Amino acid sequence: MMSPLVRTIISRLLLGGLTLAAVSVIIFSTVSMLPGNFATAILGQSATPETVAAFESHLGLDQPAATRYFKWVGGFLYGDLGESLSSNPGEPRFVADIVSSRLRNTLLLAGVTALIAVPLSIVLGVLSALYRGTTFDRVVNGVSLTTISVPEFFIAYILILFLAVRLRWLPTLSNVNDGMGFVEGVRLMILPVSTLTLGIIAHIMRMTRSAIIGVLASPYIHMAKCKGASPARVILRHALPNAWAPIANVVAVNLAYLVVGVVVVETVFVYPGIGHTMVDAVRTRDIPVVQACALIFASAYILLNLLADIIAISTNPKLLHPR
Amino acid sequence: MSERNKGMGHLHTSRREFLSGAAALAGVAGVSSVLSKPGIANAAGPTKGGFMKFGMGEGSQTDSLDPATWPSNFTIAALGGSMCNNLTEILPDGSVVPDLAESYEPSEGATKWVFKLRKGSTFHNGKDVTPKDIVESIRHHMGKDSRSAAKDILAQVASVEADGNDTVIFKLASGSADFPFMLADWHLAVMPAKAEGGLDWTAKIGTGPFVLEHFEPGVSAKLTRNPNYHKEGKPYFDEVEFNVISDVVARTNALVTDVVQYMDEIDIKTINMLKRNPDIAIQVISSTRHDAFDMNTQVEPFNNNDVRLALKYAINREEIVSKVYFGTARAGNDNPVAKSMPFAIDPQPQHTYDIEKAKEHLKKAGYDKLKVDLSAAPNSFLGSIEAGTLFKEQAAKAGIEINVIRESDDGYWDKVWLKKSFVSVGYFGRPTPDWLFTQFYQEGAAWNSTHFRHKRFNELLVSARAETDQAKRAAQYSEMQQILHDEGGVIVVAYLNYTNGVSKRVGFNTVGGVFPMDNGRASERWWLNA
Repeated sequence: MMSPLVRTIISRLLLGGLTLAAVSVIIFSTVSMLPGNFATAILGQSATPETVAAFESHLGLDQPAATRYFKWVGGFLYGDLGESLSSNPGEPRFVADIVSSRLRNTLLLAGVTALIAVPLSIVLGVLSALYRGTTFDRVVNGVSLTTISVPEFFIAYILILFLAVRLRWLPTLSNVNDGMGFVEGVRLMILPVSTLTLGIIAHIMRMTRSAIIGVLASPYIHMAKCKGASPARVILRHALPNAWAPIANVVAVNLAYLVVGVVVVETVFVYPGIGHTMVDAVRTRDIPVVQACALIFASAYILLNLLADIIAISTNPKLLHPR
Repeated sequence: MSERNKGMGHLHTSRREFLSGAAALAGVAGVSSVLSKPGIANAAGPTKGGFMKFGMGEGSQTDSLDPATWPSNFTIAALGGSMCNNLTEILPDGSVVPDLAESYEPSEGATKWVFKLRKGSTFHNGKDVTPKDIVESIRHHMGKDSRSAAKDILAQVASVEADGNDTVIFKLASGSADFPFMLADWHLAVMPAKAEGGLDWTAKIGTGPFVLEHFEPGVSAKLTRNPNYHKEGKPYFDEVEFNVISDVVARTNALVTDVVQYMDEIDIKTINMLKRNPDIAIQVISSTRHDAFDMNTQVEPFNNNDVRLALKYAINREEIVSKVYFGTARAGNDNPVAKSMPFAIDPQPQHTYDIEKAKEHLKKAGYDKLKVDLSAAPNSFLGSIEAGTLFKEQAAKAGIEINVIRESDDGYWDKVWLKKSFVSVGYFGRPTPDWLFTQFYQEGAAWNSTHFRHKRFNELLVSARAETDQAKRAAQYSEMQQILHDEGGVIVVAYLNYTNGVSKRVGFNTVGGVFPMDNGRASERWWLNA
């Protein structure tokens, strides 16, 4: 007999796979429905019918849509994302090569931001729950709600204006590359990381705060207090474990956002990440790259939400044994 | 300038600009400036050294080292102008001189061109440049399977052969006195030949002033000084870096904070604020670019020259320049040959806004009222819809009703241009009148946007092309410009400038505007003042 947890995880994974399959169909059909013929778009004005036909058969565009779809998805499962339309005879350019280094950059940005923002906002959330109603609580809430209420590019420009243009402490561009030293890399990433942190901190903090406040009203917390546990112990040992589910959920949503939603920040800071790549590919109509980016975004979103569900379920026995 | 594909690029805004829209800009600033003023502190002459960083608005991950595909400012400047040389080079004043060639000589009515190679010029790997390298660098763009954007301009080349160890001979299908100009096209950069034939562009080496150190398409290219460069004393910079910064605000920020010392295509709307910055100069370079409304001279009602003249007098270019271009372009005069080009004239009378004359010509053509459709897409040239709308108001006073049709950017060049009879077109221009006329105004040319057919014009084009007596050529070209002005189907709305922002530490003399980036060679012509 499978444990309920394993069963839940497996069923969630299957559901996630199904969602991804549905998303891949949507991506493929949307891109196919875009106006224009990509062969003529790439070959340009004086493309003769023969060169267009040759180009299409080289790209496999002459095959039925279903065949192309399964070829594409099949390749994706094996990690083969196909060739970019910018490939030249003698110089194949694989989508995987183009996307992988950019994806790494985005994951780095998202990872660093998460490492700073998640603990920071959880701690702030716990503190403002503990000291709710105090000036501290109001200030933290006010500031974080302000930063989440203005668009990200605006925060970015404000930071650039003061920290980069006026004070000249930091560079306006975050054009990181592999050959760069650690210190230089860190310096370049301060502004985009701060912008993203300011953008997500309110979500997590407010969710932590309300989850903890909800739990703090429970009788067993009174019990803990009555038996003489210290406030820190009450929070960390008794309250927090029961508040993990909603917190994990909001953290996951925000992590997914960090991967898929950073297009604006990447553009403003010229950070060579995957969002920037996708925008560039849309501009140059490099369809295989666009499709790959979209599918990667979808996968990241689904995976992280899956993870949040699993954490929420595994920390909450009630959900493990649904009636 | 566009494309990985065909010559479209030369014609209109690139697909990149084209789709990015806001990032691209028409010309700017200083209507009166013909060529940019020399840099501020260059009285002492160029100084050596320094690390120069360029912020480029174009450049994409699809960029490749293959010169056949070089589409934009980024590849022109970083790869063509810094890593490589051509056989010839276009100087800032628009004239052509030998570069990797030492000299060249036309014969047989300019159908045979003999190029002697410069002695002692070497590739970055130390190997001498041989005629074989030159031949392969040219043949790379020729032939049936070529997807090169330079294929068209080499269509006239019947053969290119090495002769001995320092000579290359071109044979042309018909005489062309401007052939050396064509060889300066950035696609025709010289790279090493492979032993088995073909061009070894994957070797990442050229003969240029800088050696490629790092290139990540769509992000940046970094190059260091070539100590064995064949031009005495050049380049001045120790290192150069070209950064792709597509977002115009990010580009401006980078310039203001000195992260880069140059940005192309500044935002017209912020030009006055940039001018107030004491560390930044605005570089205004008159280019060959011009924006136009093209009429099909073969169909009703535009086949009547009086109708064309009526429309030419019914447009208030000054108003369009001030309202659409914020005064940063120069009003057009229905001559596609821009002032910066050789043999350019200013045909008289200047076509100005004159309702009476427009009405007069309309009457002569037998119309009381005229109704025409004008097709424009937001990026057929930037501001074309706005310009068309102003034109509509202006022409209405002369009894001409212009219906401005807003077409979609997508497919504009495939489905609207050359198909509809009154369209807006952004031209990138060409270095010489012959090149321009051959591609856009000769009867039968694939991109003859105005479907212009003029016997005398075509005869002059052929005779001027092979004419080596410069005075006679000048006379022929001025007659042709007058013909286009008087009878052509092109309404030139405005001549554009390249408008860039540069740090005042950057020194430069007159900057060329035939190709972007000082005719591609900014990195070896400019310097940093200490």
